[in-house]
Amino acid sequence: MSADAPALKEWPLWEVFVRSKQGLEHKHCGSLHASDARHALQMARDVYTRRQEGVSIWVAPSTAITASEPDSKDSFFDPAADKVYRHPTFYEIPEKVGHM
Amino acid sequence: MYTQSFNVPDDAGDAKTARLKAVPGPVDAAEAALQAHFDTVIDADHKVEPRDWMPEAYRKTLVRQISQHAHSEIVGMLPEGNWISRAPSLKRKAILIAKVQDEGGHGLYLYSAAETLGTSRDQMLDGLHSGKAKYSSIFNYPTLNWADVGVIGWLVDGAAIMNQIPLCRCSYGPYARAMIRVCKEESFHQRQGYEALLVMMQGTAEQKAMVQDAVNRYWWKCLAMFGPPDADSPNSVQGMRWGIKRISNDDLRQKFVDATVPQAEVLGVTLPDPDLKWNEARGHYDYGQIDWDEFWATVNGNGPMNKERLATRVKAHEQGAWVRDAALAHARKQQQRQQKEAA
Repeated sequence: MSADAPALKEWPLWEVFVRSKQGLEHKHCGSLHASDARHALQMARDVYTRRQEGVSIWVAPSTAITASEPDSKDSFFDPAADKVYRHPTFYEIPEKVGHM
Repeated sequence: MYTQSFNVPDDAGDAKTARLKAVPGPVDAAEAALQAHFDTVIDADHKVEPRDWMPEAYRKTLVRQISQHAHSEIVGMLPEGNWISRAPSLKRKAILIAKVQDEGGHGLYLYSAAETLGTSRDQMLDGLHSGKAKYSSIFNYPTLNWADVGVIGWLVDGAAIMNQIPLCRCSYGPYARAMIRVCKEESFHQRQGYEALLVMMQGTAEQKAMVQDAVNRYWWKCLAMFGPPDADSPNSVQGMRWGIKRISNDDLRQKFVDATVPQAEVLGVTLPDPDLKWNEARGHYDYGQIDWDEFWATVNGNGPMNKERLATRVKAHEQGAWVRDAALAHARKQQQRQQKEAA
């Protein structure tokens, strides 16, 4: 935001990611409005970890997220659809080999 | 946590006469294809996500229902908030503060879910504060004494849980996810209320009478929270078709009655309905007639506390304006300072 940008009426939107315990990844858990990043972290603590649901929180401005287009879902994800050989179950192994 | 299991047209002078409008048919082939895809998703019980195409009427219905639900959460903070300073012990005070804070959090989850549909937080709050948007009418009744706080937890939250559990399977992803989070936190609300009443029921005759009096005042209003009978709920059919609503008003109400009667027996209170009795043939409790005229009068703004609740809410919002503005001003100043240092 430049100095002469129009004053925001609302606090901007932030996406919240919480790591539920050490060793697990951060997972998106929701969003909230806050005036800045530090504020967003505090709010996220109050809103999403009231019952010790997390040991670490990330917040990111919602506007900073680039998402794939739902309309191009087919062309974007379909190339993976006919590549069944990428799955282990594609291969038949003699039973006597056991677990592989 | 509180929802009424139906959504009232916000602009209806008399919601009772509001009828489901026919959803306009698709205008062209491209839209027909999108509609067909949407119908397939709904029929397969898959989820709709924010950026997916959806019929305008589906979007509007969700915005209205989710925002009414969110409003109910934050208005619901008011009658209980009144009792924080008068809680009978430090323990009860800490519990009540935690519950009221939860309700604020539930409002936030729901406002966020509604915002994914393209409405803004300010727009929704404006709707509430101007009196245009509805919220659960249960909060337009007063909380007269400490027993009311327990009864709100036991019965009002109990009724809300019945409503909300099926919403966890709602077809709109963000709403369903918000409801899962809410339901996880909700059980504490009902149990703390019931336990507070159990304690009172071991007290003096006056304390026992207070509990019975609170139950008498709230019972019928809780039954009305499930919304009008199925025969008078034209919107329900569309809501069911869209996978927003899963269980009918009357079925949810019956479940609530069946679950609550044995709880009342353990507590040692009676439920104020002479027609309430076990029906062996149906395998359910029969219950008496709900006063729908009173319900609609309250929904339409003429309940005992409508004006006071709204005024309190608006006052809190206005008196908090300087905090919101100051936080934004601070953020802007920090940003300018960073830009200057970077330059």
